[in-house]
Amino acid sequence: MPATNHKLTTQEMARFVADGFLRFDALIPDAINQHIIPELRLLESNKINQIFGQPTDPGGPPQPASLTPLSQCYPAPSVLGAMLNLPAVRGIIESLVGPDPRFDHDFVHRLSAGSMHHQHLHVDAVVDSADPTFDIQLFYFPQDVAPDAGGTRFVPGTHLRRTRAEGVSRYQHLLGEHQYRGTAGTLMVFHHGLWHAGQPNPSDVDRWMYKIRLNPSVSQTKRWNTEDFEHIHNDASDHTFALMRHDSVAQILRTMQPWQKGHESRYEQMQRARLWRYLSCDPSFDVDYYHTRIEQRGRLAEEQH
Amino acid sequence: MTIRQQILYLWLAEGALDTETVGWAFHDGTGGKGPQLPVAEPPYPTGLAALEQGWFLIQSPAPYPLYPGAEHEVSYLANEFVFERRIEL
Repeated sequence: MPATNHKLTTQEMARFVADGFLRFDALIPDAINQHIIPELRLLESNKINQIFGQPTDPGGPPQPASLTPLSQCYPAPSVLGAMLNLPAVRGIIESLVGPDPRFDHDFVHRLSAGSMHHQHLHVDAVVDSADPTFDIQLFYFPQDVAPDAGGTRFVPGTHLRRTRAEGVSRYQHLLGEHQYRGTAGTLMVFHHGLWHAGQPNPSDVDRWMYKIRLNPSVSQTKRWNTEDFEHIHNDASDHTFALMRHDSVAQILRTMQPWQKGHESRYEQMQRARLWRYLSCDPSFDVDYYHTRIEQRGRLAEEQH
Repeated sequence: MTIRQQILYLWLAEGALDTETVGWAFHDGTGGKGPQLPVAEPPYPTGLAALEQGWFLIQSPAPYPLYPGAEHEVSYLANEFVFERRIEL
């Protein structure tokens, strides 16, 4: 759970960097979960009507434009706005993308009872830039989702792979993939690069999910609760093959998913270390010395010129 | 007699055929009339195990030159092996 000031801890941030997602079970209170479906229904139909140039229902929530500061999206009495403005939700958002991020887009993903529609694994949007900045996507499930009742499928640890959306559709199954199931009010937060897919809903209950993508408008460095930062943030000497710590950020970033085996995991570690350098504002940070070794030699070569 | 192809993709932990399966995909040209494979778990623990069960390897990944500046990037799963078996219907 987030810290008392609702911000994520350094440990949780490191887990996000390693896994590409965080999950908060039953975070949203039932007072919101039980009243949000009518608003989601209106938002869903208005979005679809807007896409096809049809008139929208004026009773629905005003749809924000991309680049709108989040604080200006869904004003009261919107239930959706109340959800996004919960201190616990704001704390999670601010920890990852800073205060008042920009609205990118949102969508209501309703899977009708009995729907056998399924998606291939994909990445949203287009292949991304090489810099370590990232967007987040919130996945909010206002109702219970039973096993195999249309929960989103996703593959932890895929978020730092630079791929095109359609290129990952070939992977039908990967070891360690998840299919969401959980209690009402659960919120998941994804790094924008995480591979995911909608799944069939053979149950007799419609499955509702609200997804919103947010862009940082400020640097994402140390926006979380850093009370535990000095204790677990390691220096570049934390090295499995020399002297290693077992209580450090590096140790969290060493933890691989079941599909990440063999020497390939070393490159995953390097990408995670690169992202942590950005988040922690420590350009010398490393996990198992892979960057440091190369950078030291690079400096020697530069000195000769 | 009609012959139809079944295709099995295995993504292995490393470039050797006897390393562990980490991903899989099955495409069935028999429309379900041929023998099937488990879905929720790897159908074979390694690529070699698939050979031992009668699958024929039709493609294996070749080592490739690394782009300067992108040597440490991670992208698609590199160790993709493709197998087939031909089913008489």
